[in-house]
Amino acid sequence: MIITLTEYLLLSPEIFILTMACLILVVEAFVGDRYRQASYVLAQLTLLVAAFISGSLIDNEALVMLGGMYVHDPMAALLKTSVFLVTIGAFAYARSYMTAQGGLRGEYYVLGLFAVLGMQVMISSHSLLTVYLGLELLSLSLYAMVAFDRDSPTASEAAMKYFVLGALASGMLLYGMSMLYGATGSLDIATIADVISAQGERSLVLVFGLCFIVVGLAFKFGAVPFHMWVPDVYHGAPTAVTLFIGSAPKIAAFAMAMRLLAESMGGLLVDWQGMLMILAVLSLAIGNVVAIAQTNMKRMLAYSTISHVGFLMLGILSGTDSGYSASMFYAITYALMAIGGFGVIILLSRSGEEADQLDDFRGLNDRSPWFALMMLILMFSMAGVPPTVGFYAKLAVLKAVIDVDMVWLALVAVFFSIIGAFYYIRIIKLMYFDEPVTDAPLKINTDLQIAVSTNSLLVLGLGLFPGALLALCNGVLA
Amino acid sequence: MDIERIIFWVFAVILVFAAGRVITVRNPVHAAMHLVLAFFTCAGLWLLLEAEFLAITLVLVYVGAVMVLFLFVVMMLDINMSPLREGFVRYLPLGVIIALVVFSEMFAVVGVKYFGSDVIAIPERHGADYSNVRELGSVLYTDYVYPFEIASVILLVAIIAAIALTMRKRPGTKSQNVAQQVAVKSTDRVRVVKMMSEEKQGSSVRD
Repeated sequence: MIITLTEYLLLSPEIFILTMACLILVVEAFVGDRYRQASYVLAQLTLLVAAFISGSLIDNEALVMLGGMYVHDPMAALLKTSVFLVTIGAFAYARSYMTAQGGLRGEYYVLGLFAVLGMQVMISSHSLLTVYLGLELLSLSLYAMVAFDRDSPTASEAAMKYFVLGALASGMLLYGMSMLYGATGSLDIATIADVISAQGERSLVLVFGLCFIVVGLAFKFGAVPFHMWVPDVYHGAPTAVTLFIGSAPKIAAFAMAMRLLAESMGGLLVDWQGMLMILAVLSLAIGNVVAIAQTNMKRMLAYSTISHVGFLMLGILSGTDSGYSASMFYAITYALMAIGGFGVIILLSRSGEEADQLDDFRGLNDRSPWFALMMLILMFSMAGVPPTVGFYAKLAVLKAVIDVDMVWLALVAVFFSIIGAFYYIRIIKLMYFDEPVTDAPLKINTDLQIAVSTNSLLVLGLGLFPGALLALCNGVLA
Repeated sequence: MDIERIIFWVFAVILVFAAGRVITVRNPVHAAMHLVLAFFTCAGLWLLLEAEFLAITLVLVYVGAVMVLFLFVVMMLDINMSPLREGFVRYLPLGVIIALVVFSEMFAVVGVKYFGSDVIAIPERHGADYSNVRELGSVLYTDYVYPFEIASVILLVAIIAAIALTMRKRPGTKSQNVAQQVAVKSTDRVRVVKMMSEEKQGSSVRD
């Protein structure tokens, strides 16, 4: 197999990230404590360059290469670019967390970069083999990151739960893939799609395999009823890790769903549409209702993630290009909101203790009006209040669902979003109308101020001018 | 019944028996030994499938290295397995029922009709000059180079994760620093204390 220059160019984001991750590992081992920031600066530069490279590849036409294992298409380039940019944000928050709390070390960035590599592999996969390998690379890095804080029992418990349930989900996914392979005789996504469309009637064994693949996907997404790990892991992991898990991997999970369901099993749309419908409605219901009962901010955001996953699935199950692009828009903007939400928790935390209780947000307006405003924007965006970007994401998904004549589904989604708005607005009420518990001034370093402000203003800005990103999402799928 | 089929059945029965014993015996060392037996018979079955390289790798890597390490861990940690197995008997009936239900449901839906030898052709036999290793080698670094590289990165991540999670500098541990030991000077070891000579006490009394 000869790899041409064009193919090397298209592969360059992956090659670059892998090389730099290994380099940073060596740098981290040798410079040690003297230049603590070296690995951080290198990691951020790496991600910036990679984002620039893959951003410039969006216009290249689609190409399947490496013996059908790897595909470059505009969707992959856009999703990779957004993964890089979201991870830059996540690393910026993580550094502030590390200086304030300790506990995390340079390995965070190295494992984070390997997780990013895993996401890239998933996004660009064109074979069931590479989907699985990318997923394992991502998951393995995340398991280790959750367990970083070894002295904390909740973190160890979270890591153990995540690991065991993740292994179970991988097993389900693999079993489904083996059925698919048995029925079609191929691991290649395009070949599977051809075989399925060539079969006149739906083969039972294909649907059987599909069930397991959907279960595996739902586990990785954290959709109800496969969501039990989400609150525990989000709560137990160090906040810097939680915000990474809750953001960029959702984009990769969306790509995996696209590759597995839409691209390889598009012929079975009728079957997986019904399955995703159940998952979406349950996720919206359980996520939004149970979040109300939470007093811990991280658990609340975990249930909010579950409800957002429900929305993501609505877009995918519509089965149209506009639905897919709406879902993609939702995944990217949700990742942006999620790092912001967890970022504010880091911002409020004092050294040695995390500010992850709802009470910590009481009277934030008196302590820092600017950051209360930033949190207000993020919360409104998650609730879907215009003019923030969350509104347009929900609008696009609902429009796609109504276009395929599933008005009742849209009504259910709106109904539960209104219930969900309660707990987002409760935070705003706590910040603006309650007395602060403590008068201690916020000690925030400049980096974190810049990161939170940029993040929130980006959420607002994308809400005011959503056209460009929406057009980009539509364009890459056209 | 030809000899190949007899070998298959003998190996299959041993494999199922050994795998069952792995989770039912009380002694963890015995469980590990049964796992060795299971791997070994599994390798035998793979030989029947003409996957010689994989069979030998299974014996070398799993039986030779992984299980020996595993036995070391079992013996060094001295884990008392009985608390871990407390719920086993209590949950066994429920587990068996669920397993049977799931199995029969799956069998009813899929059965064997999709994967029987009438649907998927039996692969042809290869001659004695056929090299399994060469076939693997010719695709592993060409057609499958991308998955191969990813797999190697996964192993690298496993190493990094294992070291990051277990390396810690604890105060009070007694460890050797070879560089310091080599660089030591005689003056660091022996301290010569100058003092005046003293008269032997009580000597005049005895004389």
